[in-house]
Amino acid sequence: MQHGRYPFIVGFLVLPLTVYAIFVISPFAQAFHYSLTDWTGVAPEFGYVGMTNFENLMSDSLFLTALRNNAVLLVGLPIVTVLLSLFFAFLLNVGGSSGSAGVKGIRGNGFYKLAFFLPQVLSVPVIAVIWSVIMDPTPSGLANSVLGWLGLGSAGWLSDPALALLCVLWVLVWGSVGFYLVLFNAAMSAIPRDIFEAALIDGAGRFTTFVKVTMPLLWDTIQTSWVYLAILALDVYALVAVMTAGPGGPDNSTQVISLQIAQNGFQFGRAGYASAMGVVLFFITLVIAVVMLRITRRERIEY
Amino acid sequence: MSTPNKYSRRIFLQRAGLASIAVAGGTSALAGCASGGGGEEDVVSGGGAEQTSANPFGVDAVDPLSVVIFNGGYGDEYAKFHESLYQDQFSDAEISHEAITDIRQQMQPLFNAGSPPDVLDNAGAEAMPISTLADTGQLTDLTQLFDADAIGQDGTPIRDTLNPVAIESAEYAGKPMVLNYALQVYGLWYDRALFDQKGWEPAETWEDFLALCEEIKGAGMAPMAHQGKYPYYIQQVLMDLAVKHGGPEVAYAIDSLEPDAWKHESMKMAAEALLEIKSKGYMLEGTEGLDHIQSQTQWNEHKAAFIPCGSWLENEQKKIAPAGFETTIAPTPLLDGAALPFDCTRVEAAEAFVVPAKAANQAGGLEYLRMMLSKEGAAEFTKLTAAPTIVDGATEGLDLTPGAASAIALIDSGGEDNWNYYYAIWYSPMDPKVQSAVGELAAGRITADEFCDQAQAAADETADDPTTQKRTRP
Repeated sequence: MQHGRYPFIVGFLVLPLTVYAIFVISPFAQAFHYSLTDWTGVAPEFGYVGMTNFENLMSDSLFLTALRNNAVLLVGLPIVTVLLSLFFAFLLNVGGSSGSAGVKGIRGNGFYKLAFFLPQVLSVPVIAVIWSVIMDPTPSGLANSVLGWLGLGSAGWLSDPALALLCVLWVLVWGSVGFYLVLFNAAMSAIPRDIFEAALIDGAGRFTTFVKVTMPLLWDTIQTSWVYLAILALDVYALVAVMTAGPGGPDNSTQVISLQIAQNGFQFGRAGYASAMGVVLFFITLVIAVVMLRITRRERIEY
Repeated sequence: MSTPNKYSRRIFLQRAGLASIAVAGGTSALAGCASGGGGEEDVVSGGGAEQTSANPFGVDAVDPLSVVIFNGGYGDEYAKFHESLYQDQFSDAEISHEAITDIRQQMQPLFNAGSPPDVLDNAGAEAMPISTLADTGQLTDLTQLFDADAIGQDGTPIRDTLNPVAIESAEYAGKPMVLNYALQVYGLWYDRALFDQKGWEPAETWEDFLALCEEIKGAGMAPMAHQGKYPYYIQQVLMDLAVKHGGPEVAYAIDSLEPDAWKHESMKMAAEALLEIKSKGYMLEGTEGLDHIQSQTQWNEHKAAFIPCGSWLENEQKKIAPAGFETTIAPTPLLDGAALPFDCTRVEAAEAFVVPAKAANQAGGLEYLRMMLSKEGAAEFTKLTAAPTIVDGATEGLDLTPGAASAIALIDSGGEDNWNYYYAIWYSPMDPKVQSAVGELAAGRITADEFCDQAQAAADETADDPTTQKRTRP
């Protein structure tokens, strides 16, 4: 049967690889190419400018601001999302009252899972619009009404440069927690019950069980989530474009790289320059993914 | 309506969720190479027929004509009328009509491949950068259009039948390239019916304006709202205050990127004035974070008395404004020692119609624009959209809504004193930087001096950028 193997494999791979080459590899390669040019994006003519675009990037204050804001999201989003979803997944799985029946999840487990997962089925612009309405900065806005009712005055939310990026971060977290909760939940269900019960018998409290048993057993899943979330934090284009003032404001407090790419490439007629930003973002993403996977590598536990 | 829609249609920008890097190179991956190929051509295409006074560009009726219209606030009904005018004269011509909102996504590959339409209405949030198109030789020189006889005006050349702002805004590198068709008037809008009922009258001087604001505030209403999410709107008030105080030279200096243009005394006074409105509590609370729909709705609900906007406002709020609401424009008040009179304002020509240089039927495109500029074509536009055009006197005898009537009256009363600025279109990267500073100023987070410094820094950066094509005004 060996002789028919290669045509068989090639037969299966040729279509997906062609599609991949046309829609993924080719645009990437072109972006690298155009990053060395002064292409406007609207005329077929362009000239080569060497590394000028990259040199200009280093002194572009808006780009550096965007980089800084992306860095904030890069740190904040994975930490908050992973911790929250782990916490909720743990509650759903083993948070129930430990009676004679042993370890079980909280009551209404299925409902909570559904409720948490719901944002995942909404598209990003819908989420952005919902939260823009909630964070209406007038005193009659939804969030401000609650604050007012609690006697806490009102906040500017997205119109306050000190709060805007945190608001974006919060909406990102809100939109992501559900998915990772379900992911962690599935991974936790795969952990044999008797491990938890053994820990319980040995006198471990909930917190100890979580840190010493659950976390190590979920490490692979957490690691992968971390990388996904980091990549999400480097994009956030849709959310920022719909929700923030300007967009990217106020006072560029929510400016991010993807927004700069879109503005330069499409509105300013600087497609070459935008390509250079894309290339930088590509390498940042690559480096971060590799570094994350490296530093979080641990010994795998078999069970 | 091109401008406000620019913002609402931003929403479409995110639709793809644009995976970061794919943004840069992926737009036309299908074409294999995004920038395509194609050579240069200087001869006007089409025009195979004899040039006569009725057919000055020699349009050959057998040549098809393709028209692409931005289907925004103005819709595309008016274009169908203009196409019918064209069809009447060239009955054999096959006309293709396309009304779209994502101009850039659809047109960019065509321009890059050298097969653009014959007439393009380049407007909306997804418009292509017009100054880049002009500078890279993608547009047809419209000199022969402006020199051609206006339809039904006994041999008067078209350029003499247009509002001067049309000629001024058409020019790129000394040549007319863009036909900005609609006139947009900026000012402070209020409900005439409400003001009549309360006995209020828009103020002419700053002092009176503050007194009026105090009175309005006393009546339990915010004197002013603005579309704070997009500082562009409140910037119109700032610019108008400054230019009416210092004269059009203030705008000329800004557009010409002169050193210290933004630090002009009039600009500082205007910035102080804006801060005063904020600090005295005359702004609707939280208006800094509202978008145009939210803030304009609040204004329609009488939560605020004035709102800055352009003349598309009435049409935009048509479905929201309660019955009896009389949308009316007032000029911004005058600061002490103003050079210009009260009843003038910023009048801008917008909705950029172009004939691409590589169009297959440039002659047909030019003839189509000539028909748009006939009184008949322009009047129909105003009838359908409630917006005035650059064609002088085309609104006479039309039955107008209160907003349109007051806007047209302001265009007429301002006359030669009406002014305009161009830096935001000429130097697109500078625009968001200045807007950001205006947003901070309007929120009262920076001082007038800091605002002038920030705006000037953005201008200086643009002036120092070797890749930016510089332009000047007289």
